[in-house]
Amino acid sequence: MEDKHLERIIYIRKIKSVLFLGIATLTALYGIVWLAWILLDVIINGIKFLNLTLFLEDPTPPGIEGGGLKHAFIGHFIITGIATLIGIPVGIGAGVFFAEYGRHSVFVKALRSITDVIVSFPSIVIGTLVYALLVKPVGHFMGISGSVALALLMIPVVAITTDEILKLVPNSLREAGFALGAYRWQVIKDISLTAAKRGILTGIILGIARISGETAPLLFTAFNNSFTTTNPLQPMASLTVTIFQYAMGPYEEWHSQAWAASLVLTFGALLFFILAKTLIHSRTRYG
Amino acid sequence: MDSNSSPVKIETKNFNFFYGDFHALKDINLKVYENSITAIIGPSGCGKTTLLRSFNRMHDLYPGNRYEGEIILYPDGLNIVGKGADPIAIRMRIGMVFQKPNPFPKSIYENVAYGLKLKGIKKKSILDEKVEAALRSAALWEEVRDRLYESAYSLSGGQQQRLCIARAIAPEPEVLLFDEPTSALDPISTAKIEELVVELKKKLTIVIVTHNMQQAARVSDYTAFMYMGQLVEFGPTEKIFTKPTQQLTEDYITGRFG
Repeated sequence: MEDKHLERIIYIRKIKSVLFLGIATLTALYGIVWLAWILLDVIINGIKFLNLTLFLEDPTPPGIEGGGLKHAFIGHFIITGIATLIGIPVGIGAGVFFAEYGRHSVFVKALRSITDVIVSFPSIVIGTLVYALLVKPVGHFMGISGSVALALLMIPVVAITTDEILKLVPNSLREAGFALGAYRWQVIKDISLTAAKRGILTGIILGIARISGETAPLLFTAFNNSFTTTNPLQPMASLTVTIFQYAMGPYEEWHSQAWAASLVLTFGALLFFILAKTLIHSRTRYG
Repeated sequence: MDSNSSPVKIETKNFNFFYGDFHALKDINLKVYENSITAIIGPSGCGKTTLLRSFNRMHDLYPGNRYEGEIILYPDGLNIVGKGADPIAIRMRIGMVFQKPNPFPKSIYENVAYGLKLKGIKKKSILDEKVEAALRSAALWEEVRDRLYESAYSLSGGQQQRLCIARAIAPEPEVLLFDEPTSALDPISTAKIEELVVELKKKLTIVIVTHNMQQAARVSDYTAFMYMGQLVEFGPTEKIFTKPTQQLTEDYITGRFG
């Protein structure tokens, strides 16, 4: 009698276990299927249009054979490059301030929460903000205003990663530095940042990956350009905005180039993420 | 162990310490003699580490801490906790070794050289020389001479602690503070550290906080017994361990509480 009862309970638990595992697997599959679909779609549609002219030539007028997206590749590189140059020092500086100077401060606690919110801010709002601050007063779109918008998106990502990683550096390491007569800035520079450098690098890569696929913040800032320009004070083409424009356009040629550009962008971002993940996993004792 | 022969190195005068509202140290009057080892013993929470960390102003790193009274550092008579005293300068004169080995995430060489670089020594030949001397004094040179540029984390726990000692003595401080330096180590490593501590007192003055009464009896010349933030008894180690004047001291030493 007792045995039967116990058997029943075990049986029910087994069924429950299988059920939950099944549901978990299905939800995981749901995510993976879409991801694989997108990747495959981009590969299948993009790879046949992937050729050297894409990188080496400016676009031709619609209807004329050939031409590439050189203007968009160069523009994209310059815009994200300048954004990274602004984003890294400011982001790391903010993270260091949060973790090293503001540990016991209510003000920094508030700042940290705000930064958390900004990370999930709609990026188009950042774009309009920069439009109001930089584009409207100057009177025309500029590559550099796109960089500023992207930098604003990157800074919180880098700041939060830096903050989190620095908080993992044991306090006993800092104390050892102080006990030798180091000033706070020396302890931060020589000990905290050294211990955390790998983690901070990961944050930077994640930040670059975050901004390299953005379209919305560029629409009102860098806008677009049909020609190659290296002057960041001019309107500048970017891959994302060009893909948007070409995909919406009426020409078959544009569509195929948009596919090819999507392929390059997707795998560029993927590569960055893989690099970041590898760094995270190869992490040594600290950082 | 003649208590009158060596001059006083550090003297606390009616020293009080507060963590916010908590009165952690009460009217401590204690003398630390030069080229000797002073052990501070007492049950957990009695304030011995708090007192030790007052000597090099480590409490300044955290908000809400307050010192009252004086801690005089001789021969110049500087009040360590006085308003005019610079904690950075004090920490260069009074080194510290912590409870758990805490080498920097740098090479063995860089760990030892760090304090020297803070003092402005840049010349490679002088750095090399002083790093070697410090590692020799810490009885670590023979074990690491071929791997100076490897990460400090490649060393064992006991070696790491000796590296921390080398790092602390490299800038040639006048006083060295030990905060339970062997509590995280095995008996063999502990014995090596103890030997080292005794050897080091020829060059500098040592204050050591320890939970281990045998350790205090083995290595120290003077012992201070603390209880509930007060200094209960202070004197030559031999006397504290054989003829304590306070009942509390005797109870603690004989293991009746603590």
